[in-house]
Amino acid sequence: MSSGTIQALDGPATMKLEGVGIYLGQSQVLRGIDLDIQAGQTLVVIGESGCGKSVFLKLLIGLLQPTEGRVLFQDQDLKLLSEKRLMRLRLKYGYLFQSGALFDSLTVEENVAFPMKQQGIVSEETMRQRVAECLEDVGLPLSLWTRMPSDLSGGQRKRVGLARALVMQPAVMLYDEPTTGLDPIMTGVINDLILKVARSRPVTSIVVTHELRTLATVADRVIMLRPLARLESWESQVAFEGTPEALRKCPNPIVQAFLGGHSVAESAHPLPPIPDSAHVATPRGIQP
Amino acid sequence: MLGAVESAGSFAMFVAQVVFSIRHGFRWSTMGPLLVEIGFKSIGVVLFTGCFIGMVLAVQAHMQLAAYGAATRLGQMVNLSVIRELGPVLAATMLAGRVGGSISAEIATMRMSEQIDALSCLGVSPIRYLAVPRFLACLILVPVLTVFANFMGIVGGWLVATKIHGIDSYHYWQHASQSVDPWDHIMGITKALFFGGSIGLISCHVGLNASGGARGVGIAATRAFVISFLTIMMMDFFLGLFFSRITPFMSQIMGGSQ
Repeated sequence: MSSGTIQALDGPATMKLEGVGIYLGQSQVLRGIDLDIQAGQTLVVIGESGCGKSVFLKLLIGLLQPTEGRVLFQDQDLKLLSEKRLMRLRLKYGYLFQSGALFDSLTVEENVAFPMKQQGIVSEETMRQRVAECLEDVGLPLSLWTRMPSDLSGGQRKRVGLARALVMQPAVMLYDEPTTGLDPIMTGVINDLILKVARSRPVTSIVVTHELRTLATVADRVIMLRPLARLESWESQVAFEGTPEALRKCPNPIVQAFLGGHSVAESAHPLPPIPDSAHVATPRGIQP
Repeated sequence: MLGAVESAGSFAMFVAQVVFSIRHGFRWSTMGPLLVEIGFKSIGVVLFTGCFIGMVLAVQAHMQLAAYGAATRLGQMVNLSVIRELGPVLAATMLAGRVGGSISAEIATMRMSEQIDALSCLGVSPIRYLAVPRFLACLILVPVLTVFANFMGIVGGWLVATKIHGIDSYHYWQHASQSVDPWDHIMGITKALFFGGSIGLISCHVGLNASGGARGVGIAATRAFVISFLTIMMMDFFLGLFFSRITPFMSQIMGGSQ
């Protein structure tokens, strides 16, 4: 496929990472990541702080470019796209930031309408309608729609951020630690929203988290990364790749240490059935 | 040394992107709130600064001129100094602090709170959305505000000369009007145009490249002011040198008294 054209897309997108590595300044954050993300799948990325989870998300949307390897969106190499085409391609993504990243000077409604207004592709009426739909979908009460982001709680800001991410009907949703800093009740609400989005919309989801409850609620597939600072040059950065059920049974001591003795199955949410294709990684590399 | 070259290269790239964005699809509607924030809300401080520039200049110059019995020429000295030099430089310095620091801190806060990344993720260029309107607002408004500062400088000088030093108002204005020609105004406004453009570009560039949390925001605001101020001083020197070479020729063309 030509790297210069951007495909029209109505359903969820596939994403692929081939030998991806990246340096930030002098230090390498990711190394040799190979990954296929199937259309419609919900991939959860876990790992200790500093293992490059957020960098991983930024590579997927082209906010950062890999130093080595390539990131493919529907077989298009993001690195080969011009800035203008990359900007246009990003409209097929939704990104929920850890802090919500709402624009301070805009109200809740204006924040959600922002991407449509900037693109100028829909009428005022359609825009209002779609904003209302998205805010209702995330369960934000009407009384908050005209408030400024500074007047909202952390959970409300995350909901608005999610509504803004969904308003352009993305093919890929990226969640950067969506439940960090939230109380257990709000964590459950956000997890249910992620699940609802994944089930009700044609979207591929990638969730970066270290919350086991989020993992148990939303994951179809899990990948666990390790900080490169603790690895030898021959060790794989991917400590585990497979289903949540396989993660629970994984004998790898690093995985078990991360799970902290708490079984994923002990979470409030039941795990999905185990698919056939789960493979477990040891510190020396991924093995079938 | 390598860091300085890298910063210069990054700034040059940024300027090229800003210019490119102005030519390709910039939305003028984003300018409205900035014109109020940068222009209207700066009028008070600029008028105040301008007035005191003129008054201080009149006090200092009177001591020198009176010693030679040329106190009535005070208007000439005050007005020329204000219009050519002090009005543009001090108005720009005030605005580098008030406007430049604020632009830089605002954009740096957006950088820290991931709002800049959010813009990119929503398919909006941060340069087109944030930097271009701020650059244009500074480019347009600093010369306009300089005119206000000049006006108040002239009024301040006149007040001190006539009310404190007792110089006859008629003689004051007669000497003043004979010495200032249109070319002097053009020089002053041209300087202000360069100063305004640099304040806008430097502040946005510093803000967009800020890092380090809340401390980084403070550093960005200070850095934007210091770099803008040094740039204003350097530009003033080189523009002054350039104008000094062409002034005899330009004044002749424009029929001035120089």
